[in-house]
Amino acid sequence: MTATSGARAGGQEAGADVLVRVRGLEVHFPVRSGLLRRTTGAVRAVDGVDLDIRRGETLGLVGESGCGKSTLGNALLRLVEPTGGQVSFDGQDVRGLSRRGLRTLRRRAGMVFQDPFASLDPRLTVAQTVAEPLEVHGLHEGRQARARRTGELLELVGLDPAVAGRYPHEFSGGQRQRVGIARALAGEPDFLVCDEAVASLDVSVQAQVLNLLRRLQRQLGLTYLFVSHDLSVVRHLSDRIAVMYLGRVVEVGPASAVGTDPQMPYTRALLSAVPTPDPAAERGRQRVVLRGDVPSPAAVPSGCRFHTRCPEVFDPCADVDPALQPVGAPGQLAACHLHGVVSQTDALAPGT
Amino acid sequence: MSRRSAAGERAPAPVTGSPLLEVEDLRVRLRTPRGPADVVGGLSYAVRAGETVAVVGESGSGKSVSVLALLGLLPSRTATVTGRALLAGEDLLAMGPRRLREVRGPGVGMVFQDPMTSLNPVLSVGRQLTEGLRAHEDLSRAAARDRARELLAEVGLPDPRGALDRYPHQLSGGMRQRVMIAIALSCSPSLLIADEATTALDVTVQAQILDLVERLRSEHGTGVIWITHDLGVVAGIADRVLVMYGGRCVEDGSAEDVLTRPRHPYTRGLLGALPDLAEPGADGEVPELRTVPGTPPQPTALPPGCVFWPRCPVRSDPRCEHEQPPLAAVGRPSSAVSTSASEEGAAGAGGVVHRAATWCEEEAG
Repeated sequence: MTATSGARAGGQEAGADVLVRVRGLEVHFPVRSGLLRRTTGAVRAVDGVDLDIRRGETLGLVGESGCGKSTLGNALLRLVEPTGGQVSFDGQDVRGLSRRGLRTLRRRAGMVFQDPFASLDPRLTVAQTVAEPLEVHGLHEGRQARARRTGELLELVGLDPAVAGRYPHEFSGGQRQRVGIARALAGEPDFLVCDEAVASLDVSVQAQVLNLLRRLQRQLGLTYLFVSHDLSVVRHLSDRIAVMYLGRVVEVGPASAVGTDPQMPYTRALLSAVPTPDPAAERGRQRVVLRGDVPSPAAVPSGCRFHTRCPEVFDPCADVDPALQPVGAPGQLAACHLHGVVSQTDALAPGT
Repeated sequence: MSRRSAAGERAPAPVTGSPLLEVEDLRVRLRTPRGPADVVGGLSYAVRAGETVAVVGESGSGKSVSVLALLGLLPSRTATVTGRALLAGEDLLAMGPRRLREVRGPGVGMVFQDPMTSLNPVLSVGRQLTEGLRAHEDLSRAAARDRARELLAEVGLPDPRGALDRYPHQLSGGMRQRVMIAIALSCSPSLLIADEATTALDVTVQAQILDLVERLRSEHGTGVIWITHDLGVVAGIADRVLVMYGGRCVEDGSAEDVLTRPRHPYTRGLLGALPDLAEPGADGEVPELRTVPGTPPQPTALPPGCVFWPRCPVRSDPRCEHEQPPLAAVGRPSSAVSTSASEEGAAGAGGVVHRAATWCEEEAG
């Protein structure tokens, strides 16, 4: 299987110290209809994703709403069950984990959610919220030890430990997000999935939280999967960027390469659509405006999934499903026939 | 594949002529359980035909409330609105409910943030579009339906005839927002107000909507008030920008002046806090974002002096703590700024005065 995986990943360096390895991951949700609620189709939210997340890096995952980026983040921690493919965390097969194994995984891999208003229990004080993972995992036993650890965690995220007895409604959005981060850090994780962690915050507060995430990464040696729709934010924070479209990773590579020299027309369109606060540049630039909407993941187009909206569509696009192939900068991969026609089956062939 | 027209082709807004909308000293006070909240504290601006004015601010800055007040959409039991808002010479704030209803539609069209909650889920798109048309214009059912189809085609909805019989849940977010815009435009308003109209949309769809609004502005000479927190969007579409903080306008002027030569410490902080897409992402060596410490003030407990004082990194003038600096002309050193008389002289690009409510010196911050 390793041979296949290597080939499928199409050149994601095998030598790098990989913390999370994803191969051919699928999350399909059944669509039921009719009187007997028979399964009549599937929403292919994540549909064959290959991805490596290296130890200590921030991998930014971008895409439009409905592209499956949040589902992918959730599937890594088995918050939704994958329906196919493999995920390994630090060499361990995540899909085969027992309940106990899963608990350990979720101590070592945490999650920061989007909406700090919905993800904190309004009836728990900040201290109770942050201490809950400590209880679950049996860490820092004893009331005093736990209170001390809670205080440390609050301090770590830039909150005054004196606020420990307060309830979420007494905090602003930015402060709540800090509480959410403190909770995610309670189990001393190696890996954090940040799912739109700053999307609901105002610009000035968003910058504070972004700086905090970067400081914590340096201080604690964390690895991040940073899921966001905001390219500027992802570009700012990430070492590498992966771009998703309709359940697939269509381009991945170093942030500087993907951000300045994208090799896939979709990434180009996405980048050109991001407005920048510079009137001269905004008015002078040629924006690639894509037609139409993202197709439904329940009816994925044949061949390249982007071919229905692609400005550079040509012959093989409608029939051949492109595989990720190395193009552009070292470590940059794109799934696009413009760089030579390589189908998913070609990429699979050597190993199988 | 359509391409966005480049800068040079963008017709600048005509500066002459009387304004379409003139807002003077608009104040909104809300009764809340925690006491009175001065949500908008003295806002004055003007919008001319074919001009786009962007109102920028963070949540709670009073930007949405200020336009809801104009259209009489605030609950009268809790909101006290004072000031003047002249739409073609007639004061919106002094109008009775009946006259106001006549004005909404042909006078002012409004697009709200969330198209899912502002469209009626149990009425078809066609029904919602023709409702306004038939209320304001003497049209037969068939004629209204024809007009509705034209409108949907104009906002770029695929298959406009079929869309008339569909319901909001059958449309994507971008399509719903187009329907909202079509409704707002149905009676050819002279002024279009868009409140965070693209915030809930993906960037690629946002680009489509911005293109559309830009086309309407230049083809029909519609005046546009664009409310947003996204300074990037502002740079692309606005002729003039008004920055709000704590219910007050802290800086206004041409988009060029405000975004490239910001004078108020808050505007500077806001621009500095934005991650830059073009920034070199040399692995791990990205500079820290500049931040504005703290959080915006509660409208029930505004600071006694300058609204920004508690968070201000400059605080160069001792008066700031106790006194609100007035919105005064700032700008190029060439135009010697003395007092109000010099406002014409300080006019920047396109004859728009650049003003800021600050006593900070140019170099500060």
